Amino acid sequence: MTPSKANWLKKASITTISLWLAIFVFIPTLLVIATSFLRVGENNFVIFSFTLDNYQKILDPVFFHVFFASCYLALITTFVCLLIGYPFAYLLTQFSPNIRRILLLLVIIPFWTSSLIRIYAIKILLLQIERSLRFFYPDVSILYTEMAVLIGLIYTMLPFMILPLFSTMEKLDRRLIEAAQDLGATPRQTFMRIILPLTIPGIIAGSMLVFLPVLGLFYVTDLLGGAKNIVIGNLIKNQFLVARNWPFASAASVFVIILMAMLIFVYIKSINRFGGSRHEKVQ
Amino acid sequence: MKKFSKYLYLFVVFVFLYIPIFTLILYSFNKSTYSVAWKGWTWSWYTKLLANDSLIETAIHSLILAATSSTLATIIGTLTAIAIFRYRFFGKKLLSGLIYIVMMSPDIVMAISLLVLFLLIKIELGFWTLLLSHITFCLPFVIITLQARLSQLNKHLIEAAEDLGANEYQTLRYVLVPVLFPAIAAGWLLSFTLSMDDVIISFFVTGPQFEILPLKIYSLVRLGVKPEVNALCTIMFIFTFFVVMVSQFLIKEK
Repeated sequence: MTPSKANWLKKASITTISLWLAIFVFIPTLLVIATSFLRVGENNFVIFSFTLDNYQKILDPVFFHVFFASCYLALITTFVCLLIGYPFAYLLTQFSPNIRRILLLLVIIPFWTSSLIRIYAIKILLLQIERSLRFFYPDVSILYTEMAVLIGLIYTMLPFMILPLFSTMEKLDRRLIEAAQDLGATPRQTFMRIILPLTIPGIIAGSMLVFLPVLGLFYVTDLLGGAKNIVIGNLIKNQFLVARNWPFASAASVFVIILMAMLIFVYIKSINRFGGSRHEKVQ
Repeated sequence: MKKFSKYLYLFVVFVFLYIPIFTLILYSFNKSTYSVAWKGWTWSWYTKLLANDSLIETAIHSLILAATSSTLATIIGTLTAIAIFRYRFFGKKLLSGLIYIVMMSPDIVMAISLLVLFLLIKIELGFWTLLLSHITFCLPFVIITLQARLSQLNKHLIEAAEDLGANEYQTLRYVLVPVLFPAIAAGWLLSFTLSMDDVIISFFVTGPQFEILPLKIYSLVRLGVKPEVNALCTIMFIFTFFVVMVSQFLIKEK
């Protein structure tokens, strides 16, 4: 194509997407960062004076507890999803392409189903289990415990771990494994020195897709947790919409943005180190 | 034996993934209103839903919103994916990276950023703010669905079109869009479900004038387990199920 022909269509496409992302992603993010350094005014509005109070408030024991508990919950969820999902994704790759496609579809369906509906569904199941158990142990309680929250989160987030793991494992060069075996590596050595390092980008991508959303899932508390297990999402929601403290809600949001930036950084590093392409992700 | 334990493991995980959904579906047919005990089959919760006018109105709102936002996201997303695929331009890597970041970024972050923007520029919260937000979170999914298809595209097709004298628009209209059509349709369908299911972002950017289905479901499930809600959630699940089946069929590697 000659330069003169690379024309209005190219310009229009690139301009539209660039403006869109600038207006609806980039500028809003800057606004949130800016708001996080402002003070709350008398009429629940912001005052344009610089302060670090909102970040200091994160360390206030009442709020720090939320940040800590929420990260802890997200971390355990991520870890358990990885523990269940890793062997699961690996086993999926062992099937013939046709069966694999069907099994994969069974993971993709819950991936696309609303997590609100899935959390509600597991609530119904837990309610049933609780009811049945009460025949034998009248005092047992499952719903509105930390365990219920954790089960709900693992259930909801598991597909988000399996899919990126599967896509890295699917591209794993089988010849490397065979070579290791031919050279006398034990299954453990093959795993530790070949399979694990090559699937690290998938592990990090999956962990990112599980860890970050958990911090924001404010409806888990409403459905499974009772008031005890609130996540950063609840805090942001309450501070922004109820307490009308925009600056503090923004600071909490910046906290999540920083965590995300760190995870993305680790992800890019892992790709540079362990290979794989950045542009291959879950569908 | 080893093989058996592998199958057993897969089976157990699949059971874990599906048992709650099946329980939900089963209980949407339960006659009993209050108790979780099984009292026999009934369709009545579904007929009740259909008779609920305000719910139907909310559903129509959602369908309008989802259709509009996914159509616009698909148009912008398709042009973007093609531009990234075909052209060299300044900031191309940055753009691709940003698209991934938008896809990865947790809903709560996007929700609060968009709300701050809308409040500052003083747009009234409602249909328009929902539309702009939904387009924003659907865009990366459309772009990535198309990029997957474009990466398998035979480049000679475009060269042939150009050699035969097609201009940019003609190449797009008569070559790329027909070839990419299945992926475009899949991107549209996935955007449609995303829009129908979104709770977190919509919760922040919605206004009192325009009630939508996912938020209605949210307000209902907070009240506890009820058979009508089970029926409504079952409908939403079956809807997602079909959309995913169709879209996966469309983007199936040839």
